[in-house]
Amino acid sequence: MITDFWLHPALILIVGAFLLPLIPKWLKRPYLVIIPTLAFLDVITMQGHNGTYGVIQFLDWHLTFGRIDGLSMVFAYIMTLMCIIGTIYGLHVEEDYQHVAAWLYVAGSLGVIFCGDYLVLFLFWELMAFASVFLVWFRRRPQSLAVGYRYLLVHTAGGLALLAGFILRYKATGGDYSFGPIGVDAPSLYTYLILIGFILNAAVPPFHAWLPDAYGEATVSGAVFMCAFTTKTAVYALARGFAGMDILVPLGVCMALYGVVYAVLENDSRRLLAYHIISQVGYMVAGVGIGTELAINGACAHAFAHILYKGLLFMGCGSVLHMTGKSKFSELGGLYKKMPMAFVFTMIGGLSISAFPLFSGFVSKAMIVAAGFEVHNYWAAFLLTLASAGTFLHTGLKVPYFIWFGKNNCSQETWDKAADPPWNMQLGMGIAAFLCILIGSYTPYLYNMLPYPQVAAGYHPYNAYHLSETLQILLFTALGFFLLIKKLAPEPKISIDLDWFYRMGGRGFLWLAEKPIQWADSCVSEAYRYLGLIPLMTTARFWSWFDWHAIDGVVDGIARTVRGIGGTVRNVQSGQLQYNIFYAVSFVAVVLVLYVLA
Amino acid sequence: MIVKLIDFFRDRLQLVIRLCYVGLALLVAWDVLFVSKEHAHTAAEHIPGFWAAFGFVACVLIIIVSKWYGHLGIMTREDYYDN
Repeated sequence: MITDFWLHPALILIVGAFLLPLIPKWLKRPYLVIIPTLAFLDVITMQGHNGTYGVIQFLDWHLTFGRIDGLSMVFAYIMTLMCIIGTIYGLHVEEDYQHVAAWLYVAGSLGVIFCGDYLVLFLFWELMAFASVFLVWFRRRPQSLAVGYRYLLVHTAGGLALLAGFILRYKATGGDYSFGPIGVDAPSLYTYLILIGFILNAAVPPFHAWLPDAYGEATVSGAVFMCAFTTKTAVYALARGFAGMDILVPLGVCMALYGVVYAVLENDSRRLLAYHIISQVGYMVAGVGIGTELAINGACAHAFAHILYKGLLFMGCGSVLHMTGKSKFSELGGLYKKMPMAFVFTMIGGLSISAFPLFSGFVSKAMIVAAGFEVHNYWAAFLLTLASAGTFLHTGLKVPYFIWFGKNNCSQETWDKAADPPWNMQLGMGIAAFLCILIGSYTPYLYNMLPYPQVAAGYHPYNAYHLSETLQILLFTALGFFLLIKKLAPEPKISIDLDWFYRMGGRGFLWLAEKPIQWADSCVSEAYRYLGLIPLMTTARFWSWFDWHAIDGVVDGIARTVRGIGGTVRNVQSGQLQYNIFYAVSFVAVVLVLYVLA
Repeated sequence: MIVKLIDFFRDRLQLVIRLCYVGLALLVAWDVLFVSKEHAHTAAEHIPGFWAAFGFVACVLIIIVSKWYGHLGIMTREDYYDN
């Protein structure tokens, strides 16, 4: 029973995804644009209609599919918008199931954004993991399958922690399964279990290693979707349930720095961007931890901006991978002459993530740092500022420099293949780039959508002090980059991260299964053969012999004798009349002779 | 057009580098002479060129610490996880 007419945007995407394989080829491209656009328009029509919709009675449960408020609307808006951009970027992909997986994945995110209780949340949470893993598997490299399974296993573990938390909470609160502020002042076991489920999806160390592992391996357009949805849905869930939880501040700061350190070491452009997701989501997690209205606004604004600029960066590096087949800095370089448009778009993404004035990051990231200073959390604010220097260092400088400039490491084949990508990929990048600049240059566009618009309206990022501070940090970071550029030359290496524990742990388990356990199993089998099987067989053979010769000897002996006589008699009775007469006459003659002689 | 513009700057690389240094100096000068510090959060920020030094030191620190950490054995051969 639906309380009021309300169409869930996830439903549009799910139905659209299932109908996609039935759409004729000539209609496919318009259809691919129309469906996510309908979902986006659906979200637009909800603006200003805060309330609860889509309540369905299922057995004893009231399931709430539609909670519309400031927090859910800002996330739903940007996610459906990104779905349009990502689908346009992937229009050239002819395999329907890649689009189906991507749309179901977005539907999972939207389901979580709008849900009002933990049951619906869990349903869509799992849909996200199980749909997105196909975006890794569709890469179809030999290693893709293993990466996908690792991704799925980690997310399943997170999902189980979440489920355990819901159940404990349901018991402890006497039947409350609504999803809202969880009560961070008096945390109990269920609080931490739910928190683990959420921060695993937000890629908070030590639960982060799935992210670069999977996003570096995903398909070109699949990575554009993945970089936007899982972590930001988790940020939404944290903002909804855990605003003001102190532990999130140090965790967020650690994330911001951790991603920066690994980005220095990374040789694969898309893995570098993946590490920077961890770094950027760190700002949002810290913002949620600070928990003031300005900080929550900042976390939402940064998630909004991040979805666009990170999508743009993945589109830029993805287009290099799409055209050349390469994503490692040690196999690229000097491509500005061959792919100038991809360079410009990636640079806009780089300047946005680095928070350059007039670009989106400038108006969103600063809000979180300002909230940190406002609550006198100086060490957090300074460390986040330090991490932003690292962001420009890698995403704004290292990525563009080592792909489009620097030493040309391209093979002849790579160089020949390199060219700007097809029109649809450029269009996707163009829309994202436009929005990055729009957000940075015209603040009311984003600020009016935030959960606390009146607080946002009172925040002015464009003052002389903030401009001077940002420009000094960024430009002197650039100076440091060019002075130390030799140290940053790409090395064809990988960096060991915490996935080592489960990758090697898994291998250890296999070794354990193959060696000691199998050896013990063989020993037991051998022992059983000598001590059990051989005596058993000997005994069995004896009884078989006994049965044949002793028991059957008696029973069958009689039968055999009768059969033997019968056989002999049968030989005698050949069926031919002359023989019968001959035997009868002979017999009678013998009897007569015996009688006479006697 | 974009390629021509980039080539134009690359042909005059030394000049561009010098202009960048001048730009950096002007930025610090603007900060010291004209920018009001009323929005500063801490006393340290009143030191002239504080954020310039912060940016430069942050960059150098990030590169050196990360590379040191990487060379502790974290960076390894690409086929490390292959069987």
